[in-house]
Amino acid sequence: MGSIELVKVRKDFGGFAVINGVDLKVEDGEFTVFVGPSGCGKSTLLRLIAGLEDISSGQVLIDGKDVSRVGPSQRGLSMVFQSYALYPHMSVRNNIAFALKMAKQPKDVIEQKVKKAAGILNLTDYLERKPRQLSGGQRQRVAIGRAIVREPKAFLFDEPLSNLDAALRVQMRLEIGDLHQSLKTTMIYVTHDQVEAMTMADKIVVLNKGEVAQIGSPLELYNRPQNLFVARFIGSPTMNIATGPSAAKRGATTIGIRPEHVDVSATAGEWPAKVRLAEHLGSDTYVHVEVDDIGPMTVRLGGEAPNQPGQRIFVTPQEPRIHRFDQQGLRVGG
Amino acid sequence: MALQQTVGKRVGMTALAWIVGFLIFFPILWTFLTSFKSELDAFSLPPKFLFFHWTTENYAEVQSRSDYFSFAWNSIILSVGANLVGLIVGVPAAWSMAFAPTKRTKDLLLWMLSTKMMPGVGVFAAVYFIFQYLGLLDNRIGIGFLLFMANLPILIWMLYTYFKEIPVDILEAARMDGASLVNEIIYVLTPMAIPGIASTLLLCIILSWNEAFWTLNLTTSHAAPLTAFIASYSSPEGLFWAKLSAASTLAIAPILVLGWFCQKQLVRGLTFGAVK
Ligand SMILES: Nc1ncnc2c1ncn2[C@@H]1O[C@H](COP(=O)(O)OP(=O)(O)OP(=O)(O)O)[C@@H](O)[C@H]1O
Ligand SMILES: [Mg+2]
Repeated sequence: MGSIELVKVRKDFGGFAVINGVDLKVEDGEFTVFVGPSGCGKSTLLRLIAGLEDISSGQVLIDGKDVSRVGPSQRGLSMVFQSYALYPHMSVRNNIAFALKMAKQPKDVIEQKVKKAAGILNLTDYLERKPRQLSGGQRQRVAIGRAIVREPKAFLFDEPLSNLDAALRVQMRLEIGDLHQSLKTTMIYVTHDQVEAMTMADKIVVLNKGEVAQIGSPLELYNRPQNLFVARFIGSPTMNIATGPSAAKRGATTIGIRPEHVDVSATAGEWPAKVRLAEHLGSDTYVHVEVDDIGPMTVRLGGEAPNQPGQRIFVTPQEPRIHRFDQQGLRVGG
Repeated sequence: MALQQTVGKRVGMTALAWIVGFLIFFPILWTFLTSFKSELDAFSLPPKFLFFHWTTENYAEVQSRSDYFSFAWNSIILSVGANLVGLIVGVPAAWSMAFAPTKRTKDLLLWMLSTKMMPGVGVFAAVYFIFQYLGLLDNRIGIGFLLFMANLPILIWMLYTYFKEIPVDILEAARMDGASLVNEIIYVLTPMAIPGIASTLLLCIILSWNEAFWTLNLTTSHAAPLTAFIASYSSPEGLFWAKLSAASTLAIAPILVLGWFCQKQLVRGLTFGAVK
């Protein structure tokens, strides 16, 4: 079991609210991702759940029990740090076994659990090595091994992959996904990479300046962003934004349309535009255009598109795909 | 041209370093040489550097007149004991200041250091009477306690600067792994800080070993360390340079040897905090 609930959680650092009244429920077994720009309070929120920081007000509940005043060692959660934070003076074996030793488990049980974790994470050949003798990916695996042996109520990850190169990051992302599939333990994962968030999460919590901007499944966030902040933050390339007459005629202050939901024509359409640059990715082409009276937009076209810089074209948003926002930046209508 | 300049510079710097080193080392060398002279040679003018009649009679005399090993034993017990106890107090204190600081931590650290600025003689009478009242004069526990207290600020400061360099993530990882505070300090912090703790301990032992004001004034025989052993040879009956030198050589030899073997640690200790 491992459900986690936050009730009106606040954290001040020197009178300044870094986490400002967060309400959140993470169901047992769920893979939840905290995402948001740098400095929005993701790490702080995770550390509040872990107990590494004291909350200023509000409540943290694990399995329905208030643990707000319980220390990190008593909460039964595991954490994987961005810096790995391995014990440098201990072998891989002892790093993984440390939590079990602290829990005073019998020697043969420890031996067996370490072996099993090492097997899952491909670390069997490295058990006698010290952390400094390992590569970045291996260190990250040790950190994960250290977290899984103690069978925690939930795993907390704070940007665990950000020190790895791109290829390794994709591989570890899959491994963590597999791990979640097989363990079915609650996981909370912090990242500022929205691709990581979209691909891994059951549920995404978008944070902005210490407040929850929206909570939902990846597709909910993609299809129905509740405000401009989420609309801009989720999706790559970023959503195109337009204000003025074309928004007003649709009953909104601001409208947004994703690059993949814009049609292009050489002869007719809603917005006349000039092509600035076409990025050919092979599978897709990103055409960057300058729309008259509105500004820059990105259009995503499947396959190869023949557009040349300087060319004049017309772009038209697909009507049902338009997102409308009011003066406060909140979603209007369905 | 440039090469010549750097070679010249290096030769110059090396020569300078040797000269400075020799100047600093000279008193020790002179003491050492004098300890092998007869009392007459020790006085002679102009002084004899190497060409005198070498004798070990001073050492024999010194050992027969006073029991070197009893003083040396006190020195060891006091300097090692006082600072081991110091570590037991200092490690948790430095932990709390390095990893759980409050608004007043900086003030506290400065205040601790400020106590080292007061000359001991300023509180001599008070301490003496307290020791007399408690029956701690010439008592190992008494003088040991004083040495422990005298070094505590330096000990905590040094540990604090070492601990500051340890990534707090690793300690937090231990907490997440279910380690209690005591286990976190014993199994995670201390092993990582061993080099820092060792050089702190070493430096503090040397300070205690050489501490002369309190040891001379508060001990006479039973608890007297080597400082008292040396002092007993600069007696009113007249100066015996050769014997005084023999006694001094005997007194500093152990700490010199210790320092020699731990040079690396010591240099790190003396320049602590200088480089990150
Ligand atoms: N110990 C602290 N004392 C004071 N301010 C802090 C402390 N820790 C964090 N903050 C502030 O709280 C805010 C949120 O920090 P946090 O580390 O949670 O951001 P983050 O979302 O994890 O960012 P990043 O993606 O860069 O890791 C920042 O403005 C930071 O300066
Ligand atoms: Mg962070």
